[in-house]
Amino acid sequence: MEFAELIKTPRVDNVVLHRPFYPAVEGTLCLTGHHLILSSRQDNTEELWLLHSNIDAIDKRFVGSLGTIIIKCKDFRIIQLDIPGMEECLNIASSIETSEWRLSYVNKEFAVCPSYPPIVTVPKSIDDEALRKVATFRHGGRFPVLSYYHKKNGMVIMRSGQPLTGTNGRRCKEDEKLINATLRAGKRGYIIDTRSLNVAQQARAKGGGFEQEAHYPQWRRIHKSIERYHILQESLIKLVEACNDQTHNMDRWLSKLEASNWLTHIKEILTAACLAAQCIDREGASILIHGTEGTDSTLQVTSLAQIILEPRSRTIRGFEALIEREWLQAGHPFQQRCAQSAYCNTKQKWEAPVFLLFLDCVWQILRQFPCSFEFNENFLIMLFEHAYASQFGTFLGNNESERCKLKLQQKTMSLWSWVNQPGELSKFTNPLFEANNLVIWPSVAPQSLPLWEGIFLRWNRSSKYLDEAYEEMVNIIEYNKELQAKVNILRRQLAELETENGMQESP
Amino acid sequence: MQPSDDVSPTPEPQASWTPLLRARRAALKWAQKSVPGVRGVAGCGPSAQKWPGPRDFLACGQVHKRRPRILMREGGTWGRARAAAPEARYRAVGRADTPRAAGTVKWEVEQVKLLDRFSTSNKSLTGTLYLTATHLLFIDSHQKETWILHHHIASVEKLALTTSGCPLVIQCKNFRTVHFIVPRERDCHDIYNSLLQLSKQAKYEDLYAFSYNPKQNDSERLQGWQLIDLAEEYKRMGVPNSHWQLSDANRDYKICETYPRELYVPRIASKPIIVGSSKFRSKGRFPVLSYYHQDKELNAMANRAAGKGYENEDNYSNIRFQFVGIENIHVMRSSLQKLLEVNGTKGLSVNDFYSGLESSGWLRHIKAVMDAAIFLAKAITVENASVLVHCSDGWDRTSQVCSLGSLLLDSYYRTIKGFMVLIEKDWISFGHKFSERCGHLDGDPKEVSPVFTQFLECVWHLTEQFPQAFEFSEAFLLQIHEHIHSCQFGNFLGNCQKEREELKLKEKTYSLWPFLLEDQKKYLNPLYSSKSHRFTVLEPNTISFNFKFWRNMYHQFDRTLHPRQSVFNIIMNMNEQNEQLEKDIKDLESKIKQRKNKQTDGILTKELLHSVHPESPTLKTSLCFKEQTLLPVNDALRTIEGSSLADNRYSEYAEEFSKSEPAVVSLEYGVARMTC
Repeated sequence: MEFAELIKTPRVDNVVLHRPFYPAVEGTLCLTGHHLILSSRQDNTEELWLLHSNIDAIDKRFVGSLGTIIIKCKDFRIIQLDIPGMEECLNIASSIETSEWRLSYVNKEFAVCPSYPPIVTVPKSIDDEALRKVATFRHGGRFPVLSYYHKKNGMVIMRSGQPLTGTNGRRCKEDEKLINATLRAGKRGYIIDTRSLNVAQQARAKGGGFEQEAHYPQWRRIHKSIERYHILQESLIKLVEACNDQTHNMDRWLSKLEASNWLTHIKEILTAACLAAQCIDREGASILIHGTEGTDSTLQVTSLAQIILEPRSRTIRGFEALIEREWLQAGHPFQQRCAQSAYCNTKQKWEAPVFLLFLDCVWQILRQFPCSFEFNENFLIMLFEHAYASQFGTFLGNNESERCKLKLQQKTMSLWSWVNQPGELSKFTNPLFEANNLVIWPSVAPQSLPLWEGIFLRWNRSSKYLDEAYEEMVNIIEYNKELQAKVNILRRQLAELETENGMQESP
Repeated sequence: MQPSDDVSPTPEPQASWTPLLRARRAALKWAQKSVPGVRGVAGCGPSAQKWPGPRDFLACGQVHKRRPRILMREGGTWGRARAAAPEARYRAVGRADTPRAAGTVKWEVEQVKLLDRFSTSNKSLTGTLYLTATHLLFIDSHQKETWILHHHIASVEKLALTTSGCPLVIQCKNFRTVHFIVPRERDCHDIYNSLLQLSKQAKYEDLYAFSYNPKQNDSERLQGWQLIDLAEEYKRMGVPNSHWQLSDANRDYKICETYPRELYVPRIASKPIIVGSSKFRSKGRFPVLSYYHQDKELNAMANRAAGKGYENEDNYSNIRFQFVGIENIHVMRSSLQKLLEVNGTKGLSVNDFYSGLESSGWLRHIKAVMDAAIFLAKAITVENASVLVHCSDGWDRTSQVCSLGSLLLDSYYRTIKGFMVLIEKDWISFGHKFSERCGHLDGDPKEVSPVFTQFLECVWHLTEQFPQAFEFSEAFLLQIHEHIHSCQFGNFLGNCQKEREELKLKEKTYSLWPFLLEDQKKYLNPLYSSKSHRFTVLEPNTISFNFKFWRNMYHQFDRTLHPRQSVFNIIMNMNEQNEQLEKDIKDLESKIKQRKNKQTDGILTKELLHSVHPESPTLKTSLCFKEQTLLPVNDALRTIEGSSLADNRYSEYAEEFSKSEPAVVSLEYGVARMTC
């Protein structure tokens, strides 16, 4: 990739440059393919031209929305740029920062890890040879890869399969080196294991295991248990059964709702995701997340943490990209997990509503922050439907490798190409959306986590009045936009009349 | 089975008390005379004459447990302080002056900690606690104020001393729970004692309403009381008419002390019939009109059915009984108690929450009330039958069912004003014992019961199922709930109209309704659609899964549990904005027109130029609405990240961090340097 492609914000105005022995200069900052340029753009133009290759290190600081980047150059010079606007500042910083990450094509034939995509992001200092070695030490060849980079502080979420330590505590130097390569000097990280300690210990007998503190001294391990497989499937079956029986009296309904444990799973998953987000944003620590295979609960946590942390993942395109990245490319076995749903009698152990639970968690966050998402509930329901049965190729197969073999790109249509048509998109757009650049912390108290009626009571009661109320809400918002537009037109008209008058008056 | 506890069209027929037959007959004649489409309110069967059942025994045997009362030392000072206090605090919960400025602070304690109720890591805010004549006030270091009205305090508890101080837990009737830690035990003890005294008054005259002064003159006050006129309401219903008339039998509260003076009865019911009936009914609460369903088609039916009714007056063949199992006030009280215990638990698991919800039985009771109301509405609309509703005394469950039934039948009651009328009619005038049920005075705790709260919750469930059918929003229900306990207004004081008259409430206190009406913008449902006639009779779905825990009531003050952005507020603001924009458009259009005219005339005044300038302040405000009207939302947004310490929800996800390792940066520190 050319450097020019990395430039997100090529120009920022009102930047103040501080240099030793010179008065501060205010001007426009430009990034080009080779230089960082600051120009006062006045008669006695003062300009700073700095080669990107001269940058040795950068620091960034924020006071309110004013960001400061301190650039330390290879010739020992240190300069400071005050940039108004957090977003601009972060973009500039990430453009000129020398990246610690690289794209690796080690898996381009799907040979190293059959469930990974051909291209993955890994630490720059780890070569493909080392990756191959690490792959042999991780379940399913799923070596740690980058899942999310938190621009604000450079912390990352990585995910992987469990380490294959076995009963005799096997270790892998390359694995230790790889994950340590993601830590900044003197920093510690967290490993979030989505199994209970007990389950993780038992996994050793089957060749799996977890990272021993002794071998990963810079990492602290946290166990956050999330249920898997048949337990989740049974939970779904029980829940749907409870919702379908309209004869239940109140006690029976509540006890069946409780016994399904569905909302317990929701709470567990959300809690783990919040914990991950908290490590990144509040503790300023990088994290590695894995369970056993790294294809289910791991992905729930990594994707939900991004919903919490990253505003873009709350937009329609961003969410689509998140699903593409964290679910499809990351090798969640949709074909297996979504083979059957709640009514089928032949229960296969690989069936599990992992993706539905993820969608439910997103819905819970959406309910708590109804204006922070560009999409609405219908978008989530649509994704649920297509994950289980679809005329599009998007959710077919269990991973990228299978999808390549099936030649889905040539033979089927993509769900996204259909959804992204303006006519379709309007059904899924949240009229209340107003971009919110903050981290959003959901409540995980049971009182805050209701049943997702849009999915589970959808066919059990009429939603006519609720739908009508929703329409009315949309109407009010549309009307508001109309009125605003009209006011603006009238204002302009009035202003024009005034200038006309003014001209008439003073010839 | 206790038929007397249920809703039924007439008194139970199975008994064979021959001596009472005459009285019974009179009563029955009565019930049958009411035409279809009419509901009556009544006390229950002949409990006055009946051998008291086991429950009555319990009631008789009750020992009135009174907390030892501690006399206040300087009562005189208090009297003055109280008189000065009210205007400082709320006008239907409005703004307050600083307590010290108002000169009403009794004392203050510094360095008090307010613990977060649900925090597992014992987060707290430090501030100063003030005691005024009417309120307990906590002001934290961010100058955020927490006001607690003394009358709202349901219980005060002093827990065992800890290293950081003496914990004091206050539970309020509006479901606020606060947990203070007072550094010195002596201070804590003083606060505890003062609050015990102040929260339980012995006489009505000591309640807030008698000192509350919203700066209105006598005629304004009187006008306020006349805002809701029940005579007007009966007229609206269509009575008096050919079947129903106003009876003056209870003019002096001689027949029934707990009924209002003005009662509507069938024309055919003469005074002796009324007297006979009242002797047959518990507490003399003979059947009277609660709601007259006016419907062209139905009315015709009603006349016919009424004719039949007279013919059959000696048997019960045209009366059907329906028993709906709504439990008594004691069951309801302990049910709520259980519910509050469960949802007040720290670190509550989903399973404990739902099993607690189930075992509390709360939603089961709500569903029972709703089902009874639906039965009633159906009987009237589908079967064209009249309904007589009663429970044991006819002021708790009967009020619930009648008022809720009316709400289903008549869209008027779903408006702000109509809902006030409904409460005045079915609850206040028919003698729901607000003071006893809400524990306004230091009385029998066994008389306290959340009967009215349940009614409000049923209404909330209806607003959830029919989001466009009600003119008011949840906020209105919450505000009314606040005031049935606040004792700030006279409406809910006392237990029946007679008592209210004796207390001279209309002279000495203010009515709540005008204040709510004045503020009605706050309580409007932005999605309300008054035009849609489809909503004339509501038919709610009562399959169990429709009943949800009402978080905004029972966790009203637990901010961390609520959504961080309110769709409701946004839509409401947008509605307001739209109105403003419409005005602006008219304004602009007329100015443009004016200008065009002037242009042709060639006249231009400087003044006009100024007034229509697009940068003029009036226009500016309307166009900068984003910053202005959406403020509450923006405020919510700003707090999302937990910029205030009180709001750091994120610290509750993991106990791992609280059992912190020395090498790990502590959370509070993490907040302080969050961006780097």
